[in-house]
Amino acid sequence: MTFYRSNNSKRVLPGFGISLGSSLFFISLVILLPITGLVVQTAELSWAQYWAIISDPRVVASYKVTASAAAVASIFNLFFGLLMAWILTRYRFPGRVLLDGLMDLPFALPTAVAGLTLAAVFSTQGWFGQYLALWDIKVSYAWLGIVVAMTFTSVPFVVRTVQPVLEEFGPEYEEASAALGASPLQTFFKVILPEIKPALLTGTALSFTRSLGEFGAVIFIAGNLPWQTEVTSLMIFVRLQEFDYAAAAAIASVVLLVSLVLLFIINGMQQRYQHITGGPK
Amino acid sequence: MSQTTLNSRQRWLRPLLICTGVVLTLLLLVVPLVFIFVAAFSAGIGGVWRNLAEPDMLHAIGLTLLVAGLTVPINLVFGTLIAWCVTRFSFPGRRLLLTLIDIPFAVSPVVAGLLYLLLYGSNGPFASLLDQHDVQLMFAWPGLVMVTVFVSCPFVVRELVPLMSTLGTEQEEAAVLLGASGWQVFWHITLPNIRWALLYGVILTNARAVGEFGAVSVVSGTIRGQTNTLPLHIELLQQDYNTAGAFIAAALLTLIAIATLVVKAFLQWKLARQE
Repeated sequence: MTFYRSNNSKRVLPGFGISLGSSLFFISLVILLPITGLVVQTAELSWAQYWAIISDPRVVASYKVTASAAAVASIFNLFFGLLMAWILTRYRFPGRVLLDGLMDLPFALPTAVAGLTLAAVFSTQGWFGQYLALWDIKVSYAWLGIVVAMTFTSVPFVVRTVQPVLEEFGPEYEEASAALGASPLQTFFKVILPEIKPALLTGTALSFTRSLGEFGAVIFIAGNLPWQTEVTSLMIFVRLQEFDYAAAAAIASVVLLVSLVLLFIINGMQQRYQHITGGPK
Repeated sequence: MSQTTLNSRQRWLRPLLICTGVVLTLLLLVVPLVFIFVAAFSAGIGGVWRNLAEPDMLHAIGLTLLVAGLTVPINLVFGTLIAWCVTRFSFPGRRLLLTLIDIPFAVSPVVAGLLYLLLYGSNGPFASLLDQHDVQLMFAWPGLVMVTVFVSCPFVVRELVPLMSTLGTEQEEAAVLLGASGWQVFWHITLPNIRWALLYGVILTNARAVGEFGAVSVVSGTIRGQTNTLPLHIELLQQDYNTAGAFIAAALLTLIAIATLVVKAFLQWKLARQE
């Protein structure tokens, strides 16, 4: 790395060697080496074997369950997050600070606690479940339960990505728009939405990525019926319990690939709106 | 104030939006939160005490504290070094480094656990080496620490990088030019500037370390009284139909979560004042 040092005359601060060295050591050991392990394990399978594992009908059913539930959960969070970011930045009302703090609860609360609690609250005898049962809506131990668990665990993403943009953007533009005679809907679609769209999309994509991988909250509420309410993370777990490490690795490689692709897309999107919030968040 | 300039057509909008937001938050977040404590105390104070005094519960609490106690310092040190590296120097691959450190947030916890199980488990490349030295990483506490380090390593970096980029390097450079050593610069200049953000990162790391479920459940083998952390213990208690016990363990973790939120709010207030 001394090569880089020589071509940067501005480097006055000490610690480049040690900090870069330890960063590379840590990232290689903790992140890259285990991922390589998965690739090696998967490479032991022939292409036909690999395809047979990842296209197994039960596994394909789990992709559908996971992706559809994650999509519904992140679309709900798109609207909910936008609403919360809006009222938290634009209005002043009693309890606003508390409401703001509560938005982080799903990140602070262990997912197992969330799953256990939501399953109980939405069960047919639960606080919500007993009323939903009157309309024949089953949440706990059904697909809807997975949606609820994913929604809960990914609430903060949209709120926390849109909030700083709205704060920075300021209400002046909306006021100007209203003063010029625009309706609230016109103001929203023509003035606010274009400005917050990158952040909104990033938050929704983060929420979707998180939901795809969610495990702790989901398994408590899903009922985990093969073909119906098994998420892909659980399929990996099931294969592990059968000591079929190769199959677990193959399914995991699909999940890992999807999440890495999403991560790169999200990082690209984040760079697009960082000029508004100033600096990487 | 912006509200006063709004025309009358928009006046209904404000209360409508606030009410919708508050009601949805109550239903989605607050009611479940309240339910945890109601369910935990359904066994009465005596029941709570009995469940807490169970040896398996005590062991789970101890193991959870051990895992968090080891994970937090590791991620604190390396997170600070990584943040120092990417904000104080520019070098090719800097962006890539920042993306790599984000990987644990994108990876499903179960996949994270599996990555470590494949590498250090009995079928992995290090199996014979670990066997020779009689070291067991998987299905033992070191494995729990390893996966917890993985899932929680981005927090400190993510809190420090934006702040350290904004702060700039002028103060530190001045100190170096005046003859301060690297350690003196960090200790007297950088650390006082970043302490609240650092503490904030630590709090988030700790919350995740205490509550991690998916990754640890893959590498723990959930051996009662040996490799069972508190979140895993919740699952076991629930499978034993000890619902009250499960909610008592859940309530303990919820208290930690609430404490995290309170400290977080305080630190954000401190950080806002700093800026």
